[in-house]
Amino acid sequence: MTAEQPTYPPVSLRSQIPFWRDERVLRILAQVVSAILITGFVVWMVRNVIITAQQRGLSLGFRFLTQSAGFPIGESLIPYDPSMSFAYAFFVGVLNTLYVSSLGIIFATILGVFAGIARLSSNWLVSKLAQVYIEVHRNIPLLVLLYLWHSAVFLQLPRVQESIVWPGPVYLNQRGLYMTWPRLTETGQPFVIGFAAGLILAAVVWVLLSRLQTARGGNTHYVLISLVVLAVCTAAGWIISGGNPIALDVPELRGFNFRGGMHLSPEFAALLVGLVTYTSAFIADVVRAGIQAVPRGQVEAARALGLNYRQALSLVIMPQALRVIIPPLISQYLNLTKNSSLAAFIGFTELFFIGKTTINQAGRALQVILLVMAVYLVISLFTSLIMNLYNRRVQFVER
Amino acid sequence: MLRKPLFVLISILILSMALAACSGAAPTAAGPTEEAAPPDTGATTTEAVGEAPGGEPEAQPPAASGQIVERVRSRGTLVCGSRTDLAGFGYLKDNRNVGFDVDLCRAVAAAVLGDPEAVEVVNLSAAERGPALQTGEVDILSRNTTWSTVRDAQWGNFTWIMFYDGQGFIVPADSGITSIEDMDGATICVTSGTTTELNLADAFRQRGLDFEPVTFEDTASVYGAYEEGRCDVATSDLSQLASVRSGFADPEAHVILDITISKEPLTPAVPSGDDVWFDIVKSVMFGLINAEEYGVTQANVEEMKNSDNVEVRRLLGTEGDWGQSDLGLDPDAMARVIAAVGNYGEIYDRYMGPNGDAFTLDRGLNRLWTEGGLIYAPPLR
Repeated sequence: MTAEQPTYPPVSLRSQIPFWRDERVLRILAQVVSAILITGFVVWMVRNVIITAQQRGLSLGFRFLTQSAGFPIGESLIPYDPSMSFAYAFFVGVLNTLYVSSLGIIFATILGVFAGIARLSSNWLVSKLAQVYIEVHRNIPLLVLLYLWHSAVFLQLPRVQESIVWPGPVYLNQRGLYMTWPRLTETGQPFVIGFAAGLILAAVVWVLLSRLQTARGGNTHYVLISLVVLAVCTAAGWIISGGNPIALDVPELRGFNFRGGMHLSPEFAALLVGLVTYTSAFIADVVRAGIQAVPRGQVEAARALGLNYRQALSLVIMPQALRVIIPPLISQYLNLTKNSSLAAFIGFTELFFIGKTTINQAGRALQVILLVMAVYLVISLFTSLIMNLYNRRVQFVER
Repeated sequence: MLRKPLFVLISILILSMALAACSGAAPTAAGPTEEAAPPDTGATTTEAVGEAPGGEPEAQPPAASGQIVERVRSRGTLVCGSRTDLAGFGYLKDNRNVGFDVDLCRAVAAAVLGDPEAVEVVNLSAAERGPALQTGEVDILSRNTTWSTVRDAQWGNFTWIMFYDGQGFIVPADSGITSIEDMDGATICVTSGTTTELNLADAFRQRGLDFEPVTFEDTASVYGAYEEGRCDVATSDLSQLASVRSGFADPEAHVILDITISKEPLTPAVPSGDDVWFDIVKSVMFGLINAEEYGVTQANVEEMKNSDNVEVRRLLGTEGDWGQSDLGLDPDAMARVIAAVGNYGEIYDRYMGPNGDAFTLDRGLNRLWTEGGLIYAPPLR
């Protein structure tokens, strides 16, 4: 019983398919045509911009960045004064954005995970509170939230002369939070080195001993030992530095404002709190989705093995939930970073705000916007790169 | 995994370098451009000229004189970049744009289009006004803008100073501040992107004093924060301070200090490249000032057309030619202007005079030169 062998047309006939129906030709043609269209469009746009700029007398170079900025910047992590260049002012803005974004990401994650787990709690009150929190912060625009925190909360704090005083001393008023902060004295170098060395050694000891414990069983007391290592190195640094490495910077009311100590302005606080609460609501829902994605059987099996809920959560559920959580978490982090640009409206001097001021003082809108875009792009790509590396470790391995 | 973000990064970098490279005769980047081909300059009459010494390559604007007038006439309205939120200069009253700056725009509209109402006021923030003028989005920028050399070089052409102002400070009456030295270490609210910001930094640096700046982009936030007590001092042009003080909950609780730390000549500006438009707007401003000099007011403009004074007759177009035919304006353009908005003094008094609609501010330097002030215009001849 031999099946009929299918007959194919001879090779010569196959090549006689007209080219406008030939798959191979059409595929290549489509690519070529779209490449030409897209490249043509981009070239036309760029050419248009350049010709228009020349017609209007706008310059397109970046040399203005070396000119003196002239404008003051309220908050800066590095020393800045108005005689420095625009490029330096830009850099101050970038640092401010990174500062707010990194702190925001850390706090938003903590708060978001907490809220997400609370949302799933069996305690009705806790669950409802978390639901209200999440719904409110997901459904109100971020800018409105920022204005709310800034004008209705942080600016309504008492005036400087009537500051709220907490032990420390820590002063809270409408100009910000002023905290007593440790400051390194001249002899403090060995202490810092000791502390840093202690941290590194302790981390190494922790990893080694915990791996040893999982491999061999028993109890190597790795937590205790690494803490001891840290304490010993820090104490050694303290002694070597002569016993007085740290001085306390106490804020004092001198004239109009408090001087000294660590200062957090209301603009920074409003931005941080607004961003953190807003993004944590989204992260909470992502976490909730991740936890609910873990099959119910896993929880039941964990309980059957005698693990309590906290152990089940940390040892069984979360590692599996992370696979679902991490990818949307990445986009929430990117959102937070980009949303920090809204600070321009409440007066926090981050990158976009400084960019707009630069446009006004230097007149080069196109170059400044391109620079700002490039910086945000680099920050976002870097963040997603790091997070994707972590994602590789937790994602499903398909066979 | 790394290739895609790297590719995007490199594309952006190359695009920026291409823009920089193509902007002038001197190549600023040697990178390969895969997307943007350098534009062939045969298409237009412009060519990038060689580098100015120590500066960036600047292009010659083409001879585009007359373009803006044609555009305005064919559109039928004058696009006036101004504000809607500053009492006295540009604000809304009964849903109508009014104010000193807006009236200057109406004067130009009356001269060119014959109708002072044919004005479209575009509200611009301090950050937007430069680019809006540079790109020609507005035909005239009348937005209490200080004339400075940098702005003249970058934004457009500044016509004629219509308001001599200076930068001052406003403080709570009970703060005890009377001089700049008293403000050492104070928190000062200021609008970002203004000459005010720069002058403030310079003034304090010169005196070796310290201050904490709090900057916002929109004016309302600046004074809102000052009123709340976020700052000890707010600084801006004296006219703006007078204007916002009148809007405070308790104007008497605030005092404008008797200090002026800078020259702020507020000047209407036009986009660069069109000489005819530049001359037209200047002539209208000259006309307003000269009208006050000769005593021509909104009320008596009709009878003044037959005045004994030959200069008045020339101004109002009854005889002679002050250049209106070269500029393409009707002979009675100035008469229309005065009939529409009045002369300089009338415009000033309407908003800032003793019976001003917004507030009262002594004319000071804004008096006519014949009365000891600085308001002086070339003759219309």
